[in-house]
Amino acid sequence: MALIEVDNLSVTFGHAGSRVQAVRGVSFAVDKGESYGIVGESGSGKSTVLRALVGLAPVTGGRLTIEGRDLAGRRPADFYRKVQMVFQDPYASLHPRHTVDQVLAEPLSIHRFPDRGARIARALEDVGLGPGFRFRYPHQLSGGQRQRVAIARALILEPEVLLLDEPTSALDASIQAEVLNLLDRLRAERGLTYILVSHDLAVVAHMCERLLVMQHGQAVEELTREDLRGRAAAKEYTKALLTASEGYRAAAETAT
Amino acid sequence: MSALLDVEDLRVSFPSRSGPVEAVRGVSFTLGRERLGIVGESGSGKSQTGRAILGLTPPPGRTEARRLTFDGKDLRHASAAEWRAIRGKRISMVMQDPKFSLNPVMTVGRQLMEAAARGTAARDARAQALAMLEAVQIREPERVFRAYPHELSGGMGQRAMIAMMLITEPDLLIADEPTSALDVTVQIEVLRILDRLVRERGMGLIFISHDLRLVSSFCDRVLVMYAGKVVEELRASELTKARHPYTQGLFNCLPRIEGDRRPLPVLERDADWAR
Repeated sequence: MALIEVDNLSVTFGHAGSRVQAVRGVSFAVDKGESYGIVGESGSGKSTVLRALVGLAPVTGGRLTIEGRDLAGRRPADFYRKVQMVFQDPYASLHPRHTVDQVLAEPLSIHRFPDRGARIARALEDVGLGPGFRFRYPHQLSGGQRQRVAIARALILEPEVLLLDEPTSALDASIQAEVLNLLDRLRAERGLTYILVSHDLAVVAHMCERLLVMQHGQAVEELTREDLRGRAAAKEYTKALLTASEGYRAAAETAT
Repeated sequence: MSALLDVEDLRVSFPSRSGPVEAVRGVSFTLGRERLGIVGESGSGKSQTGRAILGLTPPPGRTEARRLTFDGKDLRHASAAEWRAIRGKRISMVMQDPKFSLNPVMTVGRQLMEAAARGTAARDARAQALAMLEAVQIREPERVFRAYPHELSGGMGQRAMIAMMLITEPDLLIADEPTSALDVTVQIEVLRILDRLVRERGMGLIFISHDLRLVSSFCDRVLVMYAGKVVEELRASELTKARHPYTQGLFNCLPRIEGDRRPLPVLERDADWAR
């Protein structure tokens, strides 16, 4: 049985008169230890799927299950420990007036973990930041360092699932490589399950074994990494994305 | 062919408590009627280079150069009146995000007409604006003309902005990350428009971007900047033959759809590069 099952999910925002159907009947399943990608352009609903999973967007239709448990209604406290999210913009997702230590201590105190000091030190080490970073404020960190803190905050609760929403798109290319390597290593070491959302096909191809292409709130098609490498996309939209990701010349040639 | 723009030893510095900080440290290049890419990571000085050419270094920053000539005119000591004759008319700039560069309380059409040469009759300006919107591949120019910026998508807004920058038929366009806020499929369309304008109008283009792969597939020549300096200049087609370890590192650390390199090669910075 799959660890995470999303069955015919739909998410609607707004009230009668100005309704926006952000997600329209999306289904997929992710196995334990797998890394699953969701690719799409802005407004495709890819981030909303993640937000619905973690409880930040209303589920207006369909079913979400984790380990066979239905997520409808009030979710158990345990869920909020096991499933953690890393957001796109490390500049916006860390409290500007909390030190790294405070950022990491808060989830520990919410979930009543013992020996917090030692856990914080270990979490920082795990993401490649030394103890020297512990009492810094976000403005004293670079973008890559902030994203490492955000990953440490997610990992400190010993989760099973990480939901990654464009974790590297605000970072420079060289820093992106470091963060992707870090995420790769952590998954291998801890048997984590990832759902990674990105607009960048290359990032998803690198990180995920399977992926879902989304457009206008709907699933276009599901592909494996091998399909992607073999350019074996069935749908026009996926083909267009593939060509566009190769840069200008390739895209211009196919158009003319 | 004489150079359209000639830059030698351009320096931009900002005062700070511990003395001036140089954001651009001695950049030199010449530009003809071609597509020149400037690539670098955040803080490399690529955007400040673009702004300095137009005399737009934000105060209290200071710009110095041994030579800064545009079409034979020395820009270093240009007066406010001289700048007015150049900015917008002969050199235009497209910024990254249309959300922040279009006036939110003016319709696109009015902004375009304002950009059109002064002294033009309103009806001519309107016709010009509509023609320009069509030139940037906007399918319903009349609708976009009447629309406010918030009523347009990102790609539409960016096209409207390019239209505005090009309505004066400049000789040089400086585009600072013009497509970074756009989806990949829209990105290609915007590039196609720029490409056509360079070819058909013989415009010079400076394309500033962090995306090495995109720039190399679009431009003729690429300058790679690191810590305020140009570390390498190469023909875009010869990117794979880059000599400088920074350029090589930048190119290699990108994940690729094919090829499974795990872990990704990480850029090892060398303090010597910044010297």
